[in-house]
Amino acid sequence: MTLLAAASSVRQAEDGPSCYSALVNEWWCAQYVQDRRDEIFDATTEHLSITVAAIVFGLVIAFPLALLARRLPRFESLILGVSTGIYTIPSLALLPLMVPFTGLSATTVVIGLGLYALTVLVRAMLDGFRAVPADVVESATGLGYGPTRLLFKIELPLALPVLMAGLRVATVSTVALTTVGTLVAYGGLGNLISHGVQRDFRAELVTAGVLCVLIALLLDGVLVVLQLFLTPWSRAAQT
Amino acid sequence: MTLFRLTWDYLTTGSNWTGSGGLLDRLGEQLLLTVTALIVAMLIGLPIALWLGHVGRGGFLAINISNVGRAIPTFALLAVLVTADWPGSGELGPYGRAGLATLIALGLFALPPLITNAYVAVREVPADAKEAADGMGMSGSQKFWRVELPLALPLVMSGVRLALVQVWATATIAALVAGPGVGRIIVDGFARNLYSQGMAAAIVVAAAALVLEVGAAALQRAVDPVPRQTTRKRGRAMSAAGPTL
Repeated sequence: MTLLAAASSVRQAEDGPSCYSALVNEWWCAQYVQDRRDEIFDATTEHLSITVAAIVFGLVIAFPLALLARRLPRFESLILGVSTGIYTIPSLALLPLMVPFTGLSATTVVIGLGLYALTVLVRAMLDGFRAVPADVVESATGLGYGPTRLLFKIELPLALPVLMAGLRVATVSTVALTTVGTLVAYGGLGNLISHGVQRDFRAELVTAGVLCVLIALLLDGVLVVLQLFLTPWSRAAQT
Repeated sequence: MTLFRLTWDYLTTGSNWTGSGGLLDRLGEQLLLTVTALIVAMLIGLPIALWLGHVGRGGFLAINISNVGRAIPTFALLAVLVTADWPGSGELGPYGRAGLATLIALGLFALPPLITNAYVAVREVPADAKEAADGMGMSGSQKFWRVELPLALPLVMSGVRLALVQVWATATIAALVAGPGVGRIIVDGFARNLYSQGMAAAIVVAAAALVLEVGAAALQRAVDPVPRQTTRKRGRAMSAAGPTL
């Protein structure tokens, strides 16, 4: 028994302090990831759910706005003007401006980031609808398509490539922006980065930063696959 | 709501604006940072991107640098720069605490919109205009200075505008790593539960951002050598690529 304990203490001495101790403070430390995997997992989950919620919020608002803007040209320039204005406001200033309405909650971050996503998505939708060839719309009308069926069966599928390009841009930037949510304590991986800066904890902030980039790449990949799946005709045209 | 009243009080109290660390002090600091970083990024990025566009090479890099820039969180890059041994969080003259780290981050995040737009701008110069220049016996550099650059200028300028918005936003985020700028007052306010202070500074930052954007747009129109109709159309076409903050 004593022998075993002695052996293990010797091994510990050989390993020296763990690579994330304050003495060593290495940038990358597998031991850290292993020891704190629960904390990292929770932060990643929060990050993902805030991002997805913000994108869904942006999509749900952007769609009716785009449809309305298409009908009323005056409304279109208003929407484009306001969305440029929103996009100009730095994220660190937009979040505080939401606080009186939604408090210090995840909702604040979701709505704030959703507004940014919204500005990209409305533009992408309008550009997408504009890219639908007029003669295709005309033929569909001639075949007896009503406005609703025309929208969902003809215009939306044909607008999809441009729309998806916008959705990819919005998604990737939302993943990065979510970190700023740490201002109201709901920043997902941003909370780890913030903590890492305060404590001068390199492994923590680098791990969180790398995970952010990985999430962005992952979601982007998912959207690419989704687009292939939703537009089978473009795949057929390529082969 | 009392929060609105408190915010208004904060904004209308003179002592919050003046003095060291006051709103005006921080605003000046952030403007100085923004202008310095933007000029440095333009001096580095524009010649490279315009040259790449002129010779028609490196398109993959020039376009994808924007996608990469979008995926990297500003906050994470700032955190790494500040925690590293160099540049660290030391004072840098009028740029304040972590001045060098902030400047580097600002410059890096200004590069993608500058490079992508300048490259695309030169590539999108109509082929027949270039052919006509060749036909007139222009040399490569003459073609660049007299044909490509004037025609590309509107799009290059919208890249500069995007970069300006981006740099201003990044400069605000610098406060999350205790850096300089007005963001410091926002973060301080939230850290000490003085939400009215955070709100007031946020309003100032947002208003300044809008003023910068409108001013840049006006400047762009004033120096635009090509009739406005075409620039508006092109500006919209580029918007799908979207800026990043």
